[in-house]
Amino acid sequence: MNSSGKKTNYLNASHTLSSWFLTVDHKRIAILYLITISIFFFIGGLFAALIRLELLTPAGDLFKSDEYNKLFTLHGIVMIFFFLIPSVPAVLGNFLIPIMIGAKDLAFPRINLLSWYIYVIGATLATLAIMVGGVDTGWTFYTPYSTVYSNGAVALTIVGAFITGFSSILTGLNFLVTIHKMRAPGMTWFRLPLFVWAHYATSLIMVLATPVLASALFLLFLERVFHIGIFNPALGGDPVLFQHLFWFYSHPAVYIMILPSMGVMSELFAAFSRKRIFGYEFVACSSLAIAILGFFVWGHHMFVSGQSMYAGMVFSVLSFLVAIPSAVKAFNWSATLYKGSISYETPMLYAFGFIGLFTIGGLTGLFLSTMAVDVHVHDTYFVVAHFHYIMVGGVLMGYLGGLHYWWPKITGRLYPEAWAKLSALLVFVGFNLTFFPQFLLGYMGMPRRYHMYPEEFQVLNVCSSLGASVLGIGYFLPLVYFLWSLKFGKESPANPWGAKGLEWEIQSPPTTHNFDEIPVVTEEAYAYAKEDGKHHG
Amino acid sequence: MKIPFSPEQASTIAGSIDAIYLYIVAVTIFFTALIYGLVAVFAVQYRRKSPDEVPGAIHGHNGLEITWTVIPLIISMTMFIWGTVVFFHYARPPKDAQEIFVVGKQWMWKIQHPSGKREINELHVPINKPVRLKMTSEDVLHSFYIPAFRVKMDVIPGRYSSLWFEATRLGSYHLFCTEYCGTQHSGMIGKVHVLSQEDYQKWLETGSAANTPVPVSGQELFKTLNCATCHNSGSGALGPNLNGIYGKPVQLADGSTVTADDKYIRRSILKPADQVVAGYAALMPSYQGQVNEEQIMQLIEYIKGLKETSAPAPASATEV
Ligand code: HEC
Ligand SMILES: [Cu+2]
Ligand SMILES: [Cu+2]
Repeated sequence: MNSSGKKTNYLNASHTLSSWFLTVDHKRIAILYLITISIFFFIGGLFAALIRLELLTPAGDLFKSDEYNKLFTLHGIVMIFFFLIPSVPAVLGNFLIPIMIGAKDLAFPRINLLSWYIYVIGATLATLAIMVGGVDTGWTFYTPYSTVYSNGAVALTIVGAFITGFSSILTGLNFLVTIHKMRAPGMTWFRLPLFVWAHYATSLIMVLATPVLASALFLLFLERVFHIGIFNPALGGDPVLFQHLFWFYSHPAVYIMILPSMGVMSELFAAFSRKRIFGYEFVACSSLAIAILGFFVWGHHMFVSGQSMYAGMVFSVLSFLVAIPSAVKAFNWSATLYKGSISYETPMLYAFGFIGLFTIGGLTGLFLSTMAVDVHVHDTYFVVAHFHYIMVGGVLMGYLGGLHYWWPKITGRLYPEAWAKLSALLVFVGFNLTFFPQFLLGYMGMPRRYHMYPEEFQVLNVCSSLGASVLGIGYFLPLVYFLWSLKFGKESPANPWGAKGLEWEIQSPPTTHNFDEIPVVTEEAYAYAKEDGKHHG
Repeated sequence: MKIPFSPEQASTIAGSIDAIYLYIVAVTIFFTALIYGLVAVFAVQYRRKSPDEVPGAIHGHNGLEITWTVIPLIISMTMFIWGTVVFFHYARPPKDAQEIFVVGKQWMWKIQHPSGKREINELHVPINKPVRLKMTSEDVLHSFYIPAFRVKMDVIPGRYSSLWFEATRLGSYHLFCTEYCGTQHSGMIGKVHVLSQEDYQKWLETGSAANTPVPVSGQELFKTLNCATCHNSGSGALGPNLNGIYGKPVQLADGSTVTADDKYIRRSILKPADQVVAGYAALMPSYQGQVNEEQIMQLIEYIKGLKETSAPAPASATEV
């Protein structure tokens, strides 16, 4: 169908403000999320830039200590709660899950809109907290500092994070019900794209773990505001209890962030090798294995918190086990390339970047799971480097890769390929320059959350700050050329990549109802080849 | 052996932790090279040659799946076991370790040696002797970290945590607080000085006239706080005899038994009503707010030293 013959799509169906703010179309809601989380991404990024600027020199010369402490706290809170957790699921998941399973919308379109409003309210409260003085507890809110000693706007921030949690719970519920109930005829579980499997696993965690965070934050609020002794030892409370509750959510939250990106990876590897994902069932089930095991490893954040060494031992062994399904995924993605037809468009460059960074991020997790080594590197820059490799290297590479891959579908426009390739390169190089030195700093003993540091750490900190400026450009470029493409980009055909999947069978951008008729699915996901090769294992 | 980008190895455990570290580094490099290599070779070898090329489908290979599940599993279990063995060694201080008392507060480390000598943000220790730090906090969480020794332990208000090491190299090393604790967190740093045993003794003795050994300070407190009024091991004493109770089981009024350890004694002083000894009335007043963490440690040291056969604690002057 040529462009003039296209039907009215979800973007030009109506133009009023209320048609956006009261929309129940999952695709428009995805756009609402895209805009809001992008704002928070750049706010969080600004904080990061200021942090890296301060750390250029050992002395605390740019900011006062209190200001610096607020900067890293806000960087963490904004990036984790208001960007990373919603990123892939709320934008790409929202847009694609119904289409990928052949449905016209999510199971509860109104609740989907409600999730966005809840997110906005939570995020606004947190922004207010920033404006009335900020918070300096670290994103971890450890007690009793957060409940008794901090002078920041802790209560307001907690209320913001608490409320945002409900957005996540509702989104998770919506996805679970949608994936169970709304699959098109013939779309069996093992014909689902792996992106959908990954979101299924993610939704389970969102629904089961987020309430625990909510209750931890609620208790924290009670102690801070009403001085009810829960965590403060002076009031008979237990400060370490908070850590258990916090990590019971926040470790699984790492998987809330990374699993959806892994789902994106599977789509990218399949599309740009024109092949079925090697070991599809193993990749699908490894998402579930990660989701389940991920609930039982929280104590690896507490090896030196005085928890019993036998408890530590159990958390250690489980942490090693949870690494295995991730390794399985990485091997299967690599094997997918074998005898494929590989092209190097930008999304695939991001996929290579993901593999590159996630491999290092995942393997460095082994150091932290090993109790004896963790004693030394816990709460140093080693940990900072590790989780940035996972959460920025992994999650963000997946998010950006996915955004490039589906951009033509979402907007109906092609982005400029050369610029995009440049940005992928800058992100990869800048990222490694920023965070690799931090592994070394960590093993050398530099603690995290330090405003000032001894001089011997300066050289590596300067490398890191230089890398961050490259990384910053790498992240800024897409903002520019994506916006540019909305007006000047070439119009995209329905399937610019020659990829498989229901989303590529409908026009770009899709109509409001995605499908005129519910499709009937007759083949597995990624059925690029007409018939199976003889390589069946 | 000093590995690049690492602090000096200045304790008995540092070498074993570095050895595990190097092992994991080797495994990391191997698997990183493997994955990068596979991806690079495949990506070049199988690059798309014509726009409409469609390769054959490969479903998978169960043998491969098992291989790349089992091999990483085995390797990671070797890390687990090695790491756990070393950690257990680290988690159990030797019996003969010399104790040093550490109190963290925003934003300084207050340290007292058994001889009574005090220092702030500095820790002098003898070489080749196991040392155990008994630590607590007056306010928020802190964490006591000596990179050159590869040891770290959280310092928690309301609890005692301990950390031990045996220094093996003379010199001065960084001491950092690694648990975020507010404004001056990055200023809560200091130095650990490893001295020869003779120099340590000499150092302890400098200004020794002003130093009261920790148990003696405890004894003085026991007098001035009127503990001895009730705990005087006399026949009609209001409180139980404290001689020899340390480390022994105590029968409580609610029928349970607890061991009289640091935690129990601390609680007896601050919240006596929580754990009432069987056969006694809950008469003891709470000393919350009257004694600081250092004084509680001193009282505990004093009680610890009371032997079954010790002379009755001297009755206080204000006895009625
Ligand atoms: C008014 C009398 C009184 C004073 C003063 C007093 N205690 Fe007690 N103490 C008691 C009584 C009675 C008990 C037993 C009941 C209970 O456990 O509360 C007790 C119990 C204890 C125990 C637990 C003993 C055991 O056998 O398990 C310890 C330890 C203790 N006191 C230490 C102290 C110290 C240290 C001080 C001074 C700082 C002090 N007490 C002051 C009356 C007193
Ligand atoms: Cu974790
Ligand atoms: Cu601190």
